Amino acid sequence: MALEGERSQSSAAEIVFRNVTKRYPGRRVAAVSDLSFVVPAGEICVLVGPSGGGKTTAMKMVNRLVDIDEGDILIDGRSVRSLNVIELRRQVGYVIQHVGLFPHMSVADNIGTVPRLLGWPKDRIRKRAGELIELVGLDPEEHRDAYPAQLSGGQQQRVGLARAMAADPLVMLMDEPFGALDPITRARLQDEFLRLHNELRKTVIFVTHDIDEAIKMGDRIAILREGGVLAQYDTPDAILAEPADDFVARFVGADRSLKRLALKRLSEIELAALNGSEPSGPTVSASTTLRDALALMLGEGTRDLTVVDEGGRQVGRCSVEHLSELLARPVGEGAT
Amino acid sequence: MSFEVGPLAASPPVIPNYGGPPGGAHGCIARNGTFCWDWVKGHWGDVLQPRLLEHLELTVIAVGIGFAIAFAAALFAHRQRWFETPFSTFSAFLYTIPSLALFQLLVPFTGLTKLTIEIGLVGYTLLILFRNILEGLRSVPGDVLEAAHGMGLTGRQILLRIELPLAFPAISAGLRIAVVTTISLATVAAYITPLGLGQPIFYGLATDFTTEFVATAALAIALAIVADGLLVLAQRMFTPWARARRRTA
Repeated sequence: MALEGERSQSSAAEIVFRNVTKRYPGRRVAAVSDLSFVVPAGEICVLVGPSGGGKTTAMKMVNRLVDIDEGDILIDGRSVRSLNVIELRRQVGYVIQHVGLFPHMSVADNIGTVPRLLGWPKDRIRKRAGELIELVGLDPEEHRDAYPAQLSGGQQQRVGLARAMAADPLVMLMDEPFGALDPITRARLQDEFLRLHNELRKTVIFVTHDIDEAIKMGDRIAILREGGVLAQYDTPDAILAEPADDFVARFVGADRSLKRLALKRLSEIELAALNGSEPSGPTVSASTTLRDALALMLGEGTRDLTVVDEGGRQVGRCSVEHLSELLARPVGEGAT
Repeated sequence: MSFEVGPLAASPPVIPNYGGPPGGAHGCIARNGTFCWDWVKGHWGDVLQPRLLEHLELTVIAVGIGFAIAFAAALFAHRQRWFETPFSTFSAFLYTIPSLALFQLLVPFTGLTKLTIEIGLVGYTLLILFRNILEGLRSVPGDVLEAAHGMGLTGRQILLRIELPLAFPAISAGLRIAVVTTISLATVAAYITPLGLGQPIFYGLATDFTTEFVATAALAIALAIVADGLLVLAQRMFTPWARARRRTA
C-alpha cells in the first residue's frame, strides 16, 4: 500500500512561536500577549485555558486565519508571514469543532479537497481517499459515496480528520475537534487519534478548554490565561507536579496528584520485589494506570497489590506508600 | 395621463363563427358552451400553439434577464452588505406597482412594443430572485466557510465550489416562483401588444366567446405547472445531497 511508504517517511515540522502578539481593534486587553514557545517536530502541543485565553486566536495565527500583529511564527524555520497564505493553508491540516464538511460533496470528495487544489491526478486522489477512510476507521465501501448528512457526529469528525490529513500536511491545527461529541465517542476518537499520531508523527497544535483532554492528548501543554499570557508550558507530568503559580494550580485542579498518577501504568514504574512472600491483596494487570491501582487499593481497603503481566505471571508489588513516594520525586526521575 | 381604451371595452360581445362547418357554427360552439373541444382542436395550429410559443419566449427572456441582473446584484450585496438595502428597496418598489399601471407607465418611453413588456416582466422578477439568491449565499454555514478558508481555498474557489452549489436549492426555489409569476403576469402583456396567451384571453373576453378564454387560461396554467415541475426535477438532479439523510440511527 502506497500509504505505508508515505507514512513511514511522513515528515513533520517544528513550530516556533516568537513573541507573538495579537490585539483586536476596540479591545483593551490583547487577545494574545508576547507568546513564545517551541513545539518540537512530531509532538502534540495542547493550548488550554479559560475562554478569553486566546488559545484559538493563537492557533489561527499559524495558518493566518488571524493576522499576526507583532512577533512571528516559524514552521520548519520559515516565517508564516513570508509564505503565500493560500499555499501555507494547503500545507497545514485544519480540523474544527463543528467539522465543516462540505454538505454537497461525498465523503471521498470532501477528503480529496486539498489534493484537488494541489492538482493531484484523479486516480491518486481516489486511492488516497480510500486509504484515509480506512485509516480513520470507516469503511471505504460503505462510506466513500455517502454525504455528510448521512453520517453520525463521530463519523463526520473522522472524515474531518481524514480531510485534514489528505495532502500529508507538515502541521495539523485542531480546534476543539472532539468538543461536540458525546463522552464515549470523544474518548474513542481521542484514543484513535493518539494511535494515529503515534504512526504519523505530525506536529499538532490542539486547542481545548478541557484540562483532562489536554493532559490526555498533549506531549506538551501551554496553559494560557486571560489576555493570552502564557502561564506555563511544559509536559503534562511537569505541570501537574509543579504548577508554576496559583492560577495554573487552580486550573489543573486540586486532584492534580491523581491526574499525575493517571499518566503512568504499573508496567512503567519500578515495582517492589515479590521477595518470595505469599501474595497479599488483589492482583492487577501491569497495564493498569497508577490511578486505577490506587482506587482499587482504597476500594478494597488494602495497602498493597500484586501486579501480574499479560501472561498472568506475578511481576512485583505496589503499595500506597510506593505511589506516594513516586509523587514526591522530582519530575523526570520516575523510573520508566 | 390618458387611459387608452383596451379591447375589453372596445369590442361588442359576439358569438363568433369559429370552427364551424361552412355555413355557420353548430353544436357546442353555436351555443357558446363553456369548453368546446372542437374549437381547441380546430385552432391549436393557428391560435393556441403560436401564442403558447410567444408566451414561453416572453417568459424565458424576462426570467433570463431578470436572473442575470438579480444574480449580479446578489453577488455584489453578498460581498458589500450596504448594497442589500437599496437594491431590495428598489426591487420591492417595482414589485408593488400594479402590472397594468407599470406597462402603461412605460408606453410613453418604449411604445407599444415587446420591449415594454419585457422591461415590466423583468422588473417583477428582481425582488424574488435577488432575495433568494442572497439568502442562498448567506445560508452557507459558518463552519463550512471556516473549513474552506482554513484549507486554502481562494475566495473565487469558495464562491464557485462551495457557496453557489450550496445556494442552489434557494436559487432554484426563487426561480420557480419567478417563472410561475412571470407566466401568469405575461398574460397581461397582450394589453400592450398582441403577444402570448394574453391575446386570446383578451379576445375571448372581448367577444364573450367562453371557450377561447377558458382554453387559453387553462393552457397558461398548464404551462406554469409544467415549467415548475421541470424546475423541481432539475433541482433534484443537481442537488442529490439536499435529500441525503442518515439511513440508520
